[in-house]
Amino acid sequence: MTNKFISIEGIAKRYPGASGATTTVFENLWLSMARGEFCCVIGHSGCGKTTVLNILAGLDAPSEGAVIVDGQAISGTSLDRAVIFQSHALLPWRTVLGNVGYAVSSKWRKWDRAKVKAHAQTFIDLVGLTGSEHKRPSELSGGMKQRVGIARALSITPKMMLMDEPFSALDALTRGTLQDEVRRICLETGQTAFMITHDVDEAIYLADKIFLMTNGPGAVLAEVVENPLPRDRGRTDLHRHPLYYALRNHIIDFLVTRSKTFTAEKPDHDPRNVPVVHIGKPGLTIASSGEEQRQTRIPGTNPGLTA
Amino acid sequence: MTSSLRLRAGLVSIALLAAFLGIWHLATRSTAPVAAMSPEYAKLMGLTATQGKSAMPGPLDVGAKLWEHLKRPFYDNGPNDKGLGIQLGYSIARVGLGYLLAVLVAIPLGFLIGMSPLLSKALDPFIQVLKPISPLAWMPLALYTIKDSSISAIFVIFICSIWPMLLNTVFGVASVRKEWINVARTLEVGTLRRAFTVILPAAAPTILTGMRISIGIAWLVIVAAEMLVGGTGIGYFVWNEWNNLSITNVIIAILLIGIVGMLLDQILARFTRMVTFPE
Repeated sequence: MTNKFISIEGIAKRYPGASGATTTVFENLWLSMARGEFCCVIGHSGCGKTTVLNILAGLDAPSEGAVIVDGQAISGTSLDRAVIFQSHALLPWRTVLGNVGYAVSSKWRKWDRAKVKAHAQTFIDLVGLTGSEHKRPSELSGGMKQRVGIARALSITPKMMLMDEPFSALDALTRGTLQDEVRRICLETGQTAFMITHDVDEAIYLADKIFLMTNGPGAVLAEVVENPLPRDRGRTDLHRHPLYYALRNHIIDFLVTRSKTFTAEKPDHDPRNVPVVHIGKPGLTIASSGEEQRQTRIPGTNPGLTA
Repeated sequence: MTSSLRLRAGLVSIALLAAFLGIWHLATRSTAPVAAMSPEYAKLMGLTATQGKSAMPGPLDVGAKLWEHLKRPFYDNGPNDKGLGIQLGYSIARVGLGYLLAVLVAIPLGFLIGMSPLLSKALDPFIQVLKPISPLAWMPLALYTIKDSSISAIFVIFICSIWPMLLNTVFGVASVRKEWINVARTLEVGTLRRAFTVILPAAAPTILTGMRISIGIAWLVIVAAEMLVGGTGIGYFVWNEWNNLSITNVIIAILLIGIVGMLLDQILARFTRMVTFPE
């Protein structure tokens, strides 16, 4: 795809290990995202997902390589890239309004108090926390805290959102509601989103593209799986789609077996040309670069359900 | 349930106090036999010898004397005879001044050290050596260089209250949660604004705890320092009354030192509660 809004180009992360050796979490990692795309990264713990996200956010610097966002190499953090933290990371001495307002006044430093408040209020309303503006984080439930985190990230109207397992600490019911909210908001605002998750169904529901990473150290981006499900998918009838199980099984198979054996089985894996997997949809390709793309096709399966 | 617990605790406290005062009263009743002596000799000997009165004052003596003091707390009959209010005032002023100076130095310095791992490591050996020095050991050096006993006492307060505040500020600043710092970083908040809007509120409870420890130490040290430098203050009063052999006044001074120390601690405890945030 020519429209590369975000392009991660050959980044590596190495840490000095014991007795002079260096531990390579990952190296030569290439990845790109189009504007308005929702991408999820799935991989086992220790494969460097969070490091990739931190590098994208500018909180961490790669040992090698560069990240290009909207045509410019990034250096450090930016108000264009908002982060939703796993642990919500609200400032406990500030109220809901104070937390969102802090972000707003950081972006627009010349705004007066009333303007900041009004702007923050819009986003508090957006995530459905109207009425809780003056509560402190300790008075909120886990789901509400994460809503504040989402409101804070959205309030600075970023170009992209980075989410590090934002819903992993929540109960299933709250998680579902928040997934709906995030999907709705991202579709409405055309937000580009990069999300780390361990939840396969969450990835299938939210993502346009799913990045599969092998186990670290020395993790590689193994495949980019394109989500074949329609854009107007709903969370409740997701599993009725004829391609749902094929997609899900593909990801689960990868996580269970192939994430360990991938590097050994595919010695000719080219990290610059990661295969794009189309499930049940022949003929359509989305290449991560202009070069010729290898394709993997998996036939769709319909496990006895009439779609 | 809680109010009843508090009530019961209060009752036990009162009972314990009554028991203590009762035992004290009984223990200091006149007991010794009175020897016959000439009136002139008796004048020299005092009440212990002439009336068999205990050398230790009883609670009633102390109470009466305390009442006398409370009626006239601010009288001034010259250098060796001032009201207790004046003496306590001097001590509190010295503690306040030395403590304030220590706050002004320790908190900004602690911030710098806490935010800079280099400074933290570089200054650590100095702090480790300076911290365990008894503040009174500085006294001769202070007297020699400052040449003023009153300022020397303030200096001693300064030097003894700086360490807990400094160390707690360093610790509080250095251990601010990484995620809060990251929030500020992703919002492109500048260093100064970050220090005031994230690090200071996050470290405030730890800093205040250090300040609370410091005020306690400062109040402990002022009594000893004033015994050394003399002139004014509650510490000097204690020593002066010991020289006067007025055990009653010594007991009263001990009681007041305790009460003032408790009040200072309570004030800082209240400030600590104000900046503490629930998580």
